[in-house]
Amino acid sequence: MLITRRVEFSASHVCRNPQFSEERNRALYGAAANPRGHGHNYLVEVTLDGAPDPLTGMVYDLKRLKEVLTREVVEPFDHRFLNHEVPPFDRVVPTTENLAVEIWRRLAPHFQDEKVSLYGVRVYETEDLYVDYRGETAWSA
Amino acid sequence: MVRLTRRYRFAASHRLHSNHLSERENREMYGKCNYPYGHGHDYVLEVAVRGPRDAESGLAVDQRILDRLVSEEVLGPLDHKNLNLDVPAFQDVVPTAENLAAEVRRRLGDRWREAFAGPWPVLESIRIFETKRNIVELSNTL
Repeated sequence: MLITRRVEFSASHVCRNPQFSEERNRALYGAAANPRGHGHNYLVEVTLDGAPDPLTGMVYDLKRLKEVLTREVVEPFDHRFLNHEVPPFDRVVPTTENLAVEIWRRLAPHFQDEKVSLYGVRVYETEDLYVDYRGETAWSA
Repeated sequence: MVRLTRRYRFAASHRLHSNHLSERENREMYGKCNYPYGHGHDYVLEVAVRGPRDAESGLAVDQRILDRLVSEEVLGPLDHKNLNLDVPAFQDVVPTAENLAAEVRRRLGDRWREAFAGPWPVLESIRIFETKRNIVELSNTL
């Protein structure tokens, strides 16, 4: 059974690779390459996979999940300029793709010894653009 | 490997009416959707694309290419059109959300390799929201 919790954070970022020319950055990232940055209200959906505990009826304690998401995602990301304040985005372009993978990396260690497993991370950059990541082994074919 | 989903909107009218059914059968099958002058929807189209992230750019898909392809193949031909009268594919095919999803996938699929050079990204699924409550999905992985 899958269970999903949503969290939101607002952050600014700029999508440009300093190794690329100005023309290539503009061509790849469009307006998102504006060097002074811009922001989004990000929405993150985190999905766990597990069976309901026969005693509690719960796949996972949602209070604990909320605490993990607050500590690992909301507190470090919310109202930050990702490129300047949130590693590894000082070195890695904070595309939606890279954000989804980074959020997965921060969350995965919390669910290694649990009866549940981390199934997926979905990051909405806007209502009209979202990215799903399910770990390195998913979709490998 | 990540999956990126992009959402687009278009407005179109249609009438659900099969040339292979009688007037009465059409009315029973499609109800209000068979009213003779047609009606319209604000369609939402979700296109899900899957591929590996490029190590340098951090991108799995060039969104400009995807947006251009969807604009040329779907939004341009369908937005503010009468699907039955303006879109050749629906001359003899009923423009249900199901058939619309199949037509959109065919249109994108036909030009996919021309638009994206190389094996990635792949077109994974199409979702058509005819209304907030009526959704059709056409997926390679279902």
